[in-house]
Amino acid sequence: MPQFYGFPILSWITFLPILGMIILAFIPSGKDEISKESTKKYYRWLTVGITFIQLILALIIFFNFNYSLGGINDPNSFQFVEKFTWIHANFPLVGSLNIEYFLGVDGISAPMILLTAIVCFVASFTSFGIQKSVKGYFAMYLLLNTGMMGCFVALDFFLFYVFWELMLLPMYFLIGIWGGPRKEYAAIKFFIYTFVGSVFMLLVMIGLYFSYQIPDPSNPGSFMHTFNLIAMLDPANLVPGSIFAELGSNIRFIAFVVLFIGFAIKVPMVPLHTWLPDAHVEAPTAISVILAGVLLKMGTYGMIRIALPIFPEAFASSQWWIAFLGMFAIVYGALCALGQFRVGKRDLKKMIAYSSVSHMGYVVLGLSSMTPQGITGAIFQMFNHGTITAMLFMIVGVIYDRSHTRGLDDFGGLANKMPIYTGITTVAFFAALGLPGLSGFVSEAMVFLGAFSTYPVLTAISTLGLILGASYMLWALQKLFFGKLPEKWQGPWDPTHTKYKTDDVSGIELAGLIPLAVIVVFLGIFPTTVTDLMVNSVNHFVDFMKPFVYIGGI
Amino acid sequence: MSAENILIISIVILLLPLVSFIINIFWGKKLGKLSSYIASTILGIDLILAILIFVNKVFGEYQVSSFIKNGINIITNNEIIQAKINWLNIGNFNLNLGIGIDNLASIMLIVVTLISFLVHIFSMIYMHDDKRFSRFYAYLGIFTFSMLGIVLANNLLNMYIFWELVGLSSYLLIGFWYEKDSAANAGKKAFLVNRVGDTGFFIGILMLFSVFGTLMFDDLFATIGSAETITAIANGSIHLPFGLDYQTYLTIAGILIFCGAIGKSAQFPLHVWLPDAMEGPTPVSALIHAATMVAAGVYMTAKIFPMLTADALNFIAIIGTITAFIAATIAVTQTDFKKVLAYSTVSQLGYMVMGLGIGAFSAGFFHLVTHAWFKAALFLGSGSVIHAMHVAMHNAHDHHTDPQNIFNMGGLRKNMKITYITFLIATIAISGVPLTSGFLSKDSILAGSLAFADLTGGLAWLVPIVGFGVAGLTAFYMFRLTILAFHGKPKTSIAKETKENSFKIVMPLVVLAILSIWIFYSPNPIDANSGWFMDKVKVPTSAVPIEYQRPSMIYEVALNHTLGEQAHSATEFEESMHHFHLPAMILSLLIAGAGITLAFLIYQFKIFNADNIEKQFKPLHTFSLNKWYFDELYDKTAIAFTMFVAKIMSYFDDKVIDGIVNGFAYVTRGVSKITGIFDNVVVDGAVNLVANVTGGLGAITRKLQTGKVQAYVALAFVGIIALIFIFI
Amino acid sequence: MEIGLTHYLIVSAILFAMGIFAIITRKNAILVLMGLELILNAANLNFIAFARYGGLNVNGEIAALFVIIIAAAESAVALSIILNIYQNYHHVNVDEVETLKD
Repeated sequence: MPQFYGFPILSWITFLPILGMIILAFIPSGKDEISKESTKKYYRWLTVGITFIQLILALIIFFNFNYSLGGINDPNSFQFVEKFTWIHANFPLVGSLNIEYFLGVDGISAPMILLTAIVCFVASFTSFGIQKSVKGYFAMYLLLNTGMMGCFVALDFFLFYVFWELMLLPMYFLIGIWGGPRKEYAAIKFFIYTFVGSVFMLLVMIGLYFSYQIPDPSNPGSFMHTFNLIAMLDPANLVPGSIFAELGSNIRFIAFVVLFIGFAIKVPMVPLHTWLPDAHVEAPTAISVILAGVLLKMGTYGMIRIALPIFPEAFASSQWWIAFLGMFAIVYGALCALGQFRVGKRDLKKMIAYSSVSHMGYVVLGLSSMTPQGITGAIFQMFNHGTITAMLFMIVGVIYDRSHTRGLDDFGGLANKMPIYTGITTVAFFAALGLPGLSGFVSEAMVFLGAFSTYPVLTAISTLGLILGASYMLWALQKLFFGKLPEKWQGPWDPTHTKYKTDDVSGIELAGLIPLAVIVVFLGIFPTTVTDLMVNSVNHFVDFMKPFVYIGGI
Repeated sequence: MSAENILIISIVILLLPLVSFIINIFWGKKLGKLSSYIASTILGIDLILAILIFVNKVFGEYQVSSFIKNGINIITNNEIIQAKINWLNIGNFNLNLGIGIDNLASIMLIVVTLISFLVHIFSMIYMHDDKRFSRFYAYLGIFTFSMLGIVLANNLLNMYIFWELVGLSSYLLIGFWYEKDSAANAGKKAFLVNRVGDTGFFIGILMLFSVFGTLMFDDLFATIGSAETITAIANGSIHLPFGLDYQTYLTIAGILIFCGAIGKSAQFPLHVWLPDAMEGPTPVSALIHAATMVAAGVYMTAKIFPMLTADALNFIAIIGTITAFIAATIAVTQTDFKKVLAYSTVSQLGYMVMGLGIGAFSAGFFHLVTHAWFKAALFLGSGSVIHAMHVAMHNAHDHHTDPQNIFNMGGLRKNMKITYITFLIATIAISGVPLTSGFLSKDSILAGSLAFADLTGGLAWLVPIVGFGVAGLTAFYMFRLTILAFHGKPKTSIAKETKENSFKIVMPLVVLAILSIWIFYSPNPIDANSGWFMDKVKVPTSAVPIEYQRPSMIYEVALNHTLGEQAHSATEFEESMHHFHLPAMILSLLIAGAGITLAFLIYQFKIFNADNIEKQFKPLHTFSLNKWYFDELYDKTAIAFTMFVAKIMSYFDDKVIDGIVNGFAYVTRGVSKITGIFDNVVVDGAVNLVANVTGGLGAITRKLQTGKVQAYVALAFVGIIALIFIFI
Repeated sequence: MEIGLTHYLIVSAILFAMGIFAIITRKNAILVLMGLELILNAANLNFIAFARYGGLNVNGEIAALFVIIIAAAESAVALSIILNIYQNYHHVNVDEVETLKD
């Protein structure tokens, strides 16, 4: 039975969107123009409603979360656990196939669930601008939502993989159908890139399945192979003589690298990042928000949950390189973002996409430091990057919807035309450049504090990111809001006042932006609200990794 | 007053301006002009509370105590009253926040709140016609809040947080008139240049934290020099980053943290932002670029003073000296009223930093305070002049005259008597003429520089030489400014039409001018040491191991014996400084007098022709007028290099990395095309061949199948004939 | 000259040749049908001639009778086909009636 008063809250939070999708499918889309418009409204508000319930469920999880339980490798300290046998089949030649429906939450996934619920909720408001086949869009949106949520709650590798793939498909269509001018290119690039990652993951997953065994509950005394991620953390469960049995062997190292690449594509880590700018630039606003807000975190989440603890000794031997890649991503992403001011169309969205590359570098750097503060900082940075970048993409969406351009050269002087928008953008931009008092600073500082004791030189170089980040953010801010308003934007955005009643940001857009802004400010002052969730798990994690890895400092 | 109450009041002082910010940012538009009254009232209360704290802390006695209440650790001793609270806690990793009130902080509280209050009042008139009037007050609020945060910080984390917030608020204030590109650029430049320094600051913090695990000043200072730490480092249980030895580590950490001050206090080589920041409204210049924000760097250096090694102090002294010199030489030739003041500020900040670097701690900090008053007076005075010029231009419908160019002024003293007198007092003070506060503080620094040079010898003599030279230059260019702007005949019709401003502008000038008089600091107009200030602000005991300290600043045990019971009463340096007091005073008087005389000779009595001198020193003049080409240098090197690398990276990303990815796609497509062709031609070809042969045969035979009955009949006939022939 | 088997056969062959000629060359289906009748009659003539002169020991008369009856039935059927063709095509030109090809 599920732990939470017998209520399978994790299943609900995961599959609620699918339920919503089914309901949505039964709403007829209407015959004439007027009824079509009104059903569009139903679709939108249904999605908002579903994601809102999901958010409430996430908050219930958040408030009922037991901070003292660590999770990680201890199956008994996971919370809200639901565990059933899903597939248990015997095949004469290859042996038995044991897949569990195993959901659970610990301090590493809890912030991610909260983040997913928040981002999906606010992004549903951002989706209101979609006009083309609205029904299909929201159906895909909800399906994507299930895939993401599932990834964060699954504790069975196979189940994780199913959700991972489930997420891929709607994303492909969401970019490929509702995207910008080069949507097909971007969608296929995204799909192939991530699919390569999935294939890598699948390979290692199968290898792992045959390398681990746990006692078979139905048949005492005998053992069965398992996809259980927690069981995989215990070397005692290794099958002697199987391919991953020998700690420190080459094959394990290769498997780690392959698995790591699979996740690194999703993060994305330089040099596997080039799908990101294209996908972001072409994707519709809400999808960019989800892509940056949640999807990228799956890569780093997968590293913490799967790649690092299953292959700790392989991670240890490449620890410096991973830290180096993190540092490289920070500086390189920032330089590329800054470079947008020198080459091409000065696309604001592309700049923010590269800033994502840079900011996810902090996560990798923090992870590779293996200090509690570094890892907490990394997970917290995942959360903060989710909210801040979601805001940034919404901000781009607001201006793009009105002007149909994202070229920074086309703007200037918007501060007087759109004061509220300017205020919110300032908050988001300064949060992104790590201003104290806003959430981005706390996580970046923690990453730096943690990483410095392990890798001082790499961390010192990484601080270049602080300067470069400030450069491109302020540059963009100035290009957008300061100086003179160009001639072509002098009039109102919408002379008929049907779509936009005022020149400033609209109510629906604010519904997406304000909650995020509040979170960003709140977590900047009271970071413990979220960090407390993970403290115990992170300490557990570090204790678990300690025998293998290099940790500097005191 | 109890220590707890002092802490509570400090928190209130800190938060009140934030309240002002929140009120004005959210309801400012509705409040209209009322917002200025609300903000000013809040600052007024703040000022009164700050005075309360000042009186109670500086002149009060506090027992040593330490207790924890509601999770807040309150530690009191006669030096400092502080509170610490845990902010982030992960395992053995703790980040604490806190506030601390020592004598430095309580003096700075008054400096910040008073100047902020006066600027609030001043701006009521100066910014009266601005369309974002309430927004201006909101920004002033958040600036004051951030600045007070720095002042009250008792640890590096707090300091860094508010340090950055000061950066933000200065960005907002400098770029307040963002419609002007120059203003927006200046704001950005200020923030970015500061960020460069702050990054050094941050790495310094990382270095300290990774070794000591705390950022609290008192804990840090207690740990740095402790026997346990030294043993732990010796036996390798504490690992120093970058594989440094302890002395180098401490020096580098100190210098890196000082980098923050280099940015914020506009020291060479990061001084370039401050003159540009004059694009902001003049009250802003007075508030942040004269009295408070730029002082933050000096204040922070004073706060970390105990952890600076001898090498770090030397570095600081060198930076300060260079800055003082460069800025003074630039100020001599500037024609923009505010630019002259800006470079004068940079130069004076260099003085303060130099003072700290040479070990004249109290003198350096004293100069910070006295300079705050008279420089604020000068800036607000310039604001008063500029406002008067604006009003005159407005009345004359003139939109072309530059109201800030001193060559458009002249003769203002008749029209603007109070502004003139207050400006003159402040000028005298900054020039270091006796009976002013500036004389007291400057003289102390100069005495310190002589003492430093005497004890160190060699190249160290450059420090006092530059110090005295700069003193002369300061006197010269400040009087040049005063004479050109206020004396003589009006050079334009606009200058002739100027009128004295109203009370709200004049009152702050008067207050600040009065504070520039010696009596507030020391009863003896020529010796600061007899005053309360030098008594209450003492050089703190160094925390670094004794062998890393500057020898002349170590408290000599032998000396103490001769002085009787007063242990730790004086160092060699202090003795020497005392000894050099009189020579320094005489020298500085002579030099300042020479500077003033020269200014009068050239600009008032025109005995020397300014243009001729300018021509004679053409290359030097151009060099100085162009600010030593620092901006151009940075544009051509650092910025150009960064942008070049960014561009290369962008291309690299677009062409190479993405090129490789797309290349993979092309190769895959190419291969599939080839296999496609193979499939089409060879494999499918074989199949089709069979089909084609069959089809061909069919095509041939089908021709017999005409569908015409007669043809069939004919065929049948022929066939029968054929059969007959065959079988018969 | 006595009329012998040879004469009958010659007549029959001429009839047959005329019939074949008509079937192959005529475009009108009626004429083709008439050609067919000629061939049938040529065959009948052969049957009767052989029955009368030849030692083949066949009852040629019976066969001829059958042929006549069948020819009558056949021409009725053929004529109705031709009528149908005419109704579909509005002509009875066998050259253009090629649907058999398909």
